[in-house]
Amino acid sequence: MYDVIVIGGGIVGCAILDKLSTYQLDCLLLEKEEDVSCGCSKANSGIVHAGYDALPNTLKARFNVRGNTMYYPLAEQLGVPINKCGSLVLANESGLEQLRKLYTRGINNGVTDMQILDRNQLYNFEHNIADNIMYGLYAKSAGVVSPYEMTIALAERAVLNGSLIITDSEVVGIKNINGSYVINTQNGEYRARVLINASGYGADTINRLANQARIDYVFSRGDYYVLDSTERPIFNHICFPLPNEKGKGVLVAPTADGNVIAGPTSMRVENGTDTAVKKDGLDYIKQSVNTMLKNVNLRKVIRVFAGVRAVAGDDFIINRNNNFVTVAGICSPGLTSAPAIAEYVVEELVAQTGLELRKKDVLIDRKKPIITRDMSNQQWQELIRVNPAYGRMVCRCERITEGEILDAINSPLSPSSLDALKRRVRVGMGRCQGGFCTARVMEIIAREKGIHFDDITKKGKGSEVVVSAIKEAIIND
Amino acid sequence: MNITCINCPMGCQMVVDKIDGVVTVKGNTCPRGRTYGIQEYTLPKRMVTSLVRVNDGRVLSVKTSDSIPKDKIIHCLNSLKDVIVAPPIHIGDCIVANICNLGVDLVATKNIL
Amino acid sequence: MINYDVVVIGGGPAGMGAAISAKENGANVLIIERDDKLGGILNQCIHNGFGLHYFHVELTGPEYADRFIQRVQELQIDVMTQTFVINITADRMLTAVSATEGIVEISAKAIVLAMGCRERTAGAIQLGGDRPAGVWTAGLAQKLCNIDGYLVGKNVVVLGSGDIGLIMARRMTYEGANVIMVCEVMPYSSGLKRNIVQCLNDYNIPLYFKTTIAEIVGKDRVEGVVIAQVDDRMQIISSTRKYVECDCVLLSVGLIPENDLVNGLGIKMSPVTTGAEVDDYRHTSVEGIFSCGNVLHVHDLVDNVSAEAFIAGASATKYAKGELPHGQSYRVIPQNGVRYALPQRIIAGEGKVKVYYRVDNIYKAPRVVVKCNGEELYSRRYMIMAPGEMESVELDKEKIVGDVVIELEVQQ
Repeated sequence: MYDVIVIGGGIVGCAILDKLSTYQLDCLLLEKEEDVSCGCSKANSGIVHAGYDALPNTLKARFNVRGNTMYYPLAEQLGVPINKCGSLVLANESGLEQLRKLYTRGINNGVTDMQILDRNQLYNFEHNIADNIMYGLYAKSAGVVSPYEMTIALAERAVLNGSLIITDSEVVGIKNINGSYVINTQNGEYRARVLINASGYGADTINRLANQARIDYVFSRGDYYVLDSTERPIFNHICFPLPNEKGKGVLVAPTADGNVIAGPTSMRVENGTDTAVKKDGLDYIKQSVNTMLKNVNLRKVIRVFAGVRAVAGDDFIINRNNNFVTVAGICSPGLTSAPAIAEYVVEELVAQTGLELRKKDVLIDRKKPIITRDMSNQQWQELIRVNPAYGRMVCRCERITEGEILDAINSPLSPSSLDALKRRVRVGMGRCQGGFCTARVMEIIAREKGIHFDDITKKGKGSEVVVSAIKEAIIND
Repeated sequence: MNITCINCPMGCQMVVDKIDGVVTVKGNTCPRGRTYGIQEYTLPKRMVTSLVRVNDGRVLSVKTSDSIPKDKIIHCLNSLKDVIVAPPIHIGDCIVANICNLGVDLVATKNIL
Repeated sequence: MINYDVVVIGGGPAGMGAAISAKENGANVLIIERDDKLGGILNQCIHNGFGLHYFHVELTGPEYADRFIQRVQELQIDVMTQTFVINITADRMLTAVSATEGIVEISAKAIVLAMGCRERTAGAIQLGGDRPAGVWTAGLAQKLCNIDGYLVGKNVVVLGSGDIGLIMARRMTYEGANVIMVCEVMPYSSGLKRNIVQCLNDYNIPLYFKTTIAEIVGKDRVEGVVIAQVDDRMQIISSTRKYVECDCVLLSVGLIPENDLVNGLGIKMSPVTTGAEVDDYRHTSVEGIFSCGNVLHVHDLVDNVSAEAFIAGASATKYAKGELPHGQSYRVIPQNGVRYALPQRIIAGEGKVKVYYRVDNIYKAPRVVVKCNGEELYSRRYMIMAPGEMESVELDKEKIVGDVVIELEVQQ
């Protein structure tokens, strides 16, 4: 019997598990995919929002602003790259009024360090703003983070502090027996005193299984461009257009890992898994980017992708019904809000269930990953002397050595697929997209895990990357 | 018989036939096309390159020592399904002698030491 | 600190060729190779068709590489394998890293860039739809097959009719896979005619022009693709969308010179080739740095790579000895149907210079004309010219007394 089971290993589920792990509780997280951060948490803009967007007195406003202040020290503690680069909402001549409204809303939400800039001031911030941009709202506290690195780091720290994460475990049945929950997955039955539904677009399914209130989701797909790091020097801030009825619009931002991201579009889709990129979406991004910035060369694209946001009404849905906690509809600014949501869910809602929250005496920190690319040659030299694997270059675009790959494989939440490895060490995330290193990475995985190439998947069961050894497909005459 | 010439990017679409025992080529724009057309009509041949398995899990690249009739290629390749070789192997080593009785050998194109 | 006359970055055909000629001309030479052996991409090109021009026999890739490897060994050229160059400075200091040596600093009198090229990816062409397993660049699929011994799919659609895609269509057929079709977005193939006939036609694999993959379908592995025709503006014609079931997509959609290492050096790059601009000694705009092979411009024949590498290697040695000719140089200007010409500059002098060039479209019966100061230096009528086939013309340097123009005259 676990004290708490969290369903869903996205940013919210992992932040909650991390928070729970600071208390003397037995906790388990169930994730249906092969890794954490496989849903919306891996496919979003990676923005730590300042908090002027959400309407005052909403959960979004409250958790966004609180989450923003928590983010930078949290990322630092976890060893996750984060860049407090600030954001700009860019407007043409007629947009000043709307910027003022955003500014006022920000003040009401408790956002500090904002400023409305005219064109001349803007030019000092960004040399490449488009010619028709006249005003901007600057928010100093906004930043960028890798959403999946953050999710993984939270999950790892939770595991280091005694929590358990079981992947490849889709919940198929939930029963409440004598006040505790019995949860069935394809590969096992688990029991818990308190159940937390943090399953993203699957939250309605889980609530239904548990006889809880339905969640009325609307799904919207967002296409994205990722540009080569060569485009990174063109600008420095997250650039938003004026928000419209569909949301915050197509942004252009540096990524925490040194690329440029442009997107998302907002296209209504039928379900949370409809992440197929559409050409019309990409065309729309091109147009939108050009209305904000000049000289962004979208031909330097190295990857296109899409994520689906599951929106349930105007605000987050966070509530408790006896020992069942629902955390749903965590669309933007969900990434920013996650630590604050976790704090609230654990310290208020879980506490209300009657579970005793006693702090652990000792907490284990996540070890900051070794990144040879960020080291001085002297430090790197010393490291290679101790472990030569750090001198064996595997991914040439992102400069990832075998040592760094081995660290990821031996981490608390060992990646079981190529994509999971890529999210941990960026191997194959550069301009050649794994063209050179994939075979080498497969060799390392096969050797370390004692498996064959046929067993290696891109993203879990059913996504095996090769189909057979040679000669096996040949049918004798 | 329709044959595409490979001698240049033109890729002339040639019609090659045998009339009264004489092979005629139509559609070629140069003499090289005619020669190629006759060859392809009479006995089209290809060099074949492929892989065989090494007993330690590696693979060895191989080729036929000379070109073989085009219609024997797949048969020749399929016969490699169960060939397994042991190192050391050097470039030029004979892997299968007189493969499929075609009068050519299958030889190694890579060193496996 | 280690000192060499000539350091060659990359141990593929270009790097080996450059190192051999540099050494034969009297320099002490180092090859730095990131893989565990020399040979580069040739090692995975197990098909034949290499060496006809240079060795006058038809070899497979590994055999062609082996002849060069043997020569490198005979000449006792220093080679550092599994070593990765992380930095080069304009004054020719290299920093490299390896497991055995750690970080090493190398000083070179001359550097030859021979890093080859990379493949354009699904991301770079903004391939739409899902992102499942089973979408591969053809060259990576070739490595997994020919080096590692694994097949990436059994029912294959190839996008792009570049030579690697064509070669892989045949290779996968040979391994028992069913290659369903090759789609080419252009109205012509960038591959060699010989490969279209011997890799596709021989095995009844259809090649569809002005056709592309509109979307990849499949959550975990590829389940199919939506193919569609494109109009003259390369836009997808919706009414032609058609679903094709397959478990694998191979991309052969272009190669890009791998110049990232020298991005900060200020070498003048050609926007067309995306490689460096060089003179006829393969000298770049940065003193003492030379370039050859696919990092300079993408070749279709390895024999041409070797020829270019010999020039670069010999020139690097000359530079190291202070003997490289300087002086007046003239531009080579491609126009009217000629997409690019290389070298981009010719140093005034004696002897012959070979200019390589590609046309920008399919031309029937064009006349290639080379002029200098209005005087015709060369002309030749071709039956046909295609972008996929690199052509060359040899000129007398004595006659080059001004900028050289190379262009096509096409009958209407």
